[in-house]
Amino acid sequence: MDYIAVFTPLVTFLFVGLFGKSIGDKASQFITCAGIIVSAVCSVMLFNDVILHANSRILFLSSWIDVGTFSVEWSLRIDQLTVVMMNVITIVSACVHVYSVGYMSHDKAKARFMAYLSLFTFAMLMLVTSDNLLQLFFGWEGVGLASYLLIGFWNHKESANAASMKAFIVNRVGDFGLALGIMAIFMIFGSVNFSTIFENVQAHTGDVIKFLGHEFHALTVIGLLLFIGAMGKSAQLGLHTWLPDAMEGPTPVSALIHAATMVTAGVFLVARFSPLYEYAPDALMVVTLVGGTTALIAATIAMTQFDIKRVIAYSTMSQLGYMFFALGVSAYGAAMFHLMTHAFFKALLFLGAGSVIHAMSDEQDMRNMGGLWTKIPVTYCLMWIGGLALAGIPLFAGYYSKDMILESAYADHTWFGEYAFWAGIAAAFMTAFYTWRLMILTFHGKSRAPIEVQKKIHESPKIMLFPLMVLAMGAVFSGAYFYDGFVGEGRTHFWESSLHVLPENDTIENAHHVPEWVKSLPLVMGVSGIALAYVFYLFFPVLPSIFRKIFMPFHLLFYRKWFFDEIYNVFFVKTARGLGKLFWKRGDKALIDGLGPDGLSSLSHRIGRRLGQMQTGFIYHYAFVMVVSVVGLLSWVFLRTNGGIL
Amino acid sequence: MNNMLTLTALQPLWAELFMAMMVMGFLIFGVFKGDQSTRLLTFLGILGLFFVSVLLMNAPLGKEPLLGGMLVQDVFGRNVKLILVVALAVSYMLSLKYLYDTGFVKFEFPILILLAGLGMFLMVSAHHLLSFYMALELQSLSLYILAAFHRNSAKSAEAGIKYFILGALSSGLILFGISLLYGFTGVLDYTQLGQIIAELEGIEKTGVVFGMMFLMAGLAFKISAVPFHMWTPDVYEGASLPVTAFFALAPKLAALALLLRLLVGPFEALVTDWQMVIMFLSVMSMVWAAFAGLVQKNLKRLMAYSSIGNMGYALLGVVMLTTEGVTATFFYLMLYLIMVAGVFAVMLCMQRDGVVFKQIEDLAGLSKNHPKLAYAMALLMFSMSGIPPLSGFFGKMIVFQEVVAQEMYVLALVGVLTSVVAAYYYLRIIKVMFFDAPDMPYSKGFGVFRNGVIIVSVLFAVFYVLRPDALLPFARTTATDLLTPPAIIQTHDIQLDN
Repeated sequence: MDYIAVFTPLVTFLFVGLFGKSIGDKASQFITCAGIIVSAVCSVMLFNDVILHANSRILFLSSWIDVGTFSVEWSLRIDQLTVVMMNVITIVSACVHVYSVGYMSHDKAKARFMAYLSLFTFAMLMLVTSDNLLQLFFGWEGVGLASYLLIGFWNHKESANAASMKAFIVNRVGDFGLALGIMAIFMIFGSVNFSTIFENVQAHTGDVIKFLGHEFHALTVIGLLLFIGAMGKSAQLGLHTWLPDAMEGPTPVSALIHAATMVTAGVFLVARFSPLYEYAPDALMVVTLVGGTTALIAATIAMTQFDIKRVIAYSTMSQLGYMFFALGVSAYGAAMFHLMTHAFFKALLFLGAGSVIHAMSDEQDMRNMGGLWTKIPVTYCLMWIGGLALAGIPLFAGYYSKDMILESAYADHTWFGEYAFWAGIAAAFMTAFYTWRLMILTFHGKSRAPIEVQKKIHESPKIMLFPLMVLAMGAVFSGAYFYDGFVGEGRTHFWESSLHVLPENDTIENAHHVPEWVKSLPLVMGVSGIALAYVFYLFFPVLPSIFRKIFMPFHLLFYRKWFFDEIYNVFFVKTARGLGKLFWKRGDKALIDGLGPDGLSSLSHRIGRRLGQMQTGFIYHYAFVMVVSVVGLLSWVFLRTNGGIL
Repeated sequence: MNNMLTLTALQPLWAELFMAMMVMGFLIFGVFKGDQSTRLLTFLGILGLFFVSVLLMNAPLGKEPLLGGMLVQDVFGRNVKLILVVALAVSYMLSLKYLYDTGFVKFEFPILILLAGLGMFLMVSAHHLLSFYMALELQSLSLYILAAFHRNSAKSAEAGIKYFILGALSSGLILFGISLLYGFTGVLDYTQLGQIIAELEGIEKTGVVFGMMFLMAGLAFKISAVPFHMWTPDVYEGASLPVTAFFALAPKLAALALLLRLLVGPFEALVTDWQMVIMFLSVMSMVWAAFAGLVQKNLKRLMAYSSIGNMGYALLGVVMLTTEGVTATFFYLMLYLIMVAGVFAVMLCMQRDGVVFKQIEDLAGLSKNHPKLAYAMALLMFSMSGIPPLSGFFGKMIVFQEVVAQEMYVLALVGVLTSVVAAYYYLRIIKVMFFDAPDMPYSKGFGVFRNGVIIVSVLFAVFYVLRPDALLPFARTTATDLLTPPAIIQTHDIQLDN
């Protein structure tokens, strides 16, 4: 069952990837969908087995690398954390697979697309089931590759190619941190195996790493390096610039990779390493600060964007910020809880947006939409569900997880916890605001689309709506249903040893005992945000432009995304290009080519010509060479052996 | 002695005797029938060579000298002769159609090749400095004539003259060396020579070393090792193509076998002296051929440098004089000969209405006009430059392996680096064939023999990887036998008797 869950997507990827052309689109779509649904069913069965019956295990597959003291295996670590991730991945992936059949119906390379989706799913499963850092890194790079391929799937679009490269390169920075982290772990622990690392953490709490004459606390350094890796994948502030651009990919891709699964890999990584982070409080502080700031800044940007997918993308980034500061205050369960609920409602929103885009003939700018709710009512209802969940309205999934995170942050009683709490509250208000701004601009008011587009507006086919409904179920019920297990009374039994929290850090426990105003503040903020959005965009549509004029500098700052792209362009891209040019022109062309290949070959030719000139064709020259050679050889041998005789 | 000269007593030499009779029979036949008998003679030659190989296989072998110490028929000699038989047969196959195409049909051609072959057989078996010299001259004189065979071509005549004069010089060197050896030891027989040299001291030893050096210089000329190689490109270019092919296939192997027998027999005691010389010849050959080959425009000259360089690699194995080293040498040479046969067969196809093309640029666009030919040539060139998994790679690998095993790292390094340089001119041929603008197609109909040689050669190059040690046992028995000194066996037997 474990193997079927993990390896079915690989099999379908290989099969469809290799034979997709010959078996045709229909068969390809069927095979990949069937494969992922089988995988999802197995995952649910695993959930029953591993979590409800507390039966976590490690399955050995084969040995991989065995060099000296360094040995790595292929093995599957099936514990509670893994199974939660597997369920999220396979269920969302199954919805996206089925949805793609409808969404990509006009595309030419359907088989390739489906194969990539399966590849991504496999890599992601590999990431979460790995039992050592190297296998995790394999999955980590695998999802990076699949993400690159899928962002650039429409490779005839210049912007898609640029976006895919940007995603890849920015992720490289994070991966570099992760790789360094892995090496640091091997240095300290002598192993990259999770069990070995986690069992020995306490023995290494006092260790230091010497670097440039300074001594650093080893676990903090490791924690920070791993977090850099997580920041890259999970688009945290600083390494986030690729995520909005990644929306160039087809919308199902955005839903699967850039909302539900891959971007949460960073959260998973930190949660997986909770036994280590617990002993590195300084690293946790950084995680909290970065997470809180990301949640806040991403929300400000989301309020000003007009591209429907970009709004959701920044919203994703903001929600990821929530998860990280939950991790930072040791509320790992809350982070995983939000990860799961977010996966459902964000995938729902993305796929809903995809449905809108599909209906609007690939229009993504909200300024050209409006008045759609009568024309695509099913999508409208589903978007409402997703929006309510995102805004954190009671009974919907997002309410439970987001409140839990905010309460945990408050309950941490540290200055950075406090900071994260207030940042989160502000972001919650903005979240509700931009979500309803999106809803109203898209579905209400008068239609601003061109006539010919309006004529073609149609509800999406059933094959696209059905997965949306599945996700909507998750967005509605997953919060209330799993509350107890993830963060409630049953959490110790639920997680067992897969998450590790020191008793003095148990913020989730404290979160249940925070003042009443803390518990109700997020809801107040959410409702007022929705209300404000109605006031601004439905009742008094002139207000936004007035506000824009009054807060001109702020608006510009938000609208231009805090100028991250521009700053990076000046500092990194231009310098890198300059350096590259320098090394290419001066280093490679002049120095290495000049002395190396080019220089050597021309030297060889010169030698050859000189030797050729000696071949005069005259017999007496030849004879002369022979005689001289004989004399030379004789003298040589004579002097060498019989020096004593003379 | 007289009553020992029965036919049965001569059984070890039946192959040589048969060849000699073939030559004379062919000559008489040719004189009567005229030039039109060339085709028949060639076929008879191939048939006869097959019979020779049968005789060789059944010859009683031993280290005991025959004919009063003049010759010896041992496993080493037998094996080398078997390779030579194949080389001679391939030369016949490659030459026949060419002679008729170019309209230069002379019945002497097959006879001269056979005569040269007889000389080579005797060279390989020589166990006495006189028989050694006689055999060498028999072979050389036949080769001189063959070089000048296309006698209304100025180039061919020039090649013959050059070869003859320089060959005479080398013969002079060899004779002077022999006289020095005789002067200091008083014997000419290999076994006795070895025994006496082993006990020599002081000035007499110096004299013997001098004699050996002259001998080696003369033989270096025959195997065209740098710096005694100057004749090779000119003669290769001037001689007509089948003759060049013959030059590339057979004589060097015979001369190398001759040299080897001398080095491990009489000159075994002087190993430190000749080892340096062989190393020098080897390195010079590899380096010189690699660089000089770069600027060649003529395919035949290029093949001349290629053969010089390959002789350098083969000599690498001789430097060590271990069983494995000599094994590597023979292994290398066998693989090389098979490839060269294919290359010359391809070159022979490059003719249009009797006009032969031999510049590298004439290969341009071969891939368009004659794709099969081009691919065959490309595979052979890749193989020659030692690219795995083709057969040429294994030859080089075995040689370098042995050099490294003997911890002669500098030699190995020189070998590898020169093979990189040499790869350029092999690969350039491929480039010209596949990427340059095509010229007119060549005449159709390459003949059964030529096609056969190309196919066998290419298949061998490609599929050798399936059985990469196929020829090794043969090379190993050859080398082992060469390095088994008869003298020691005799003393060993005596000790047992006591």
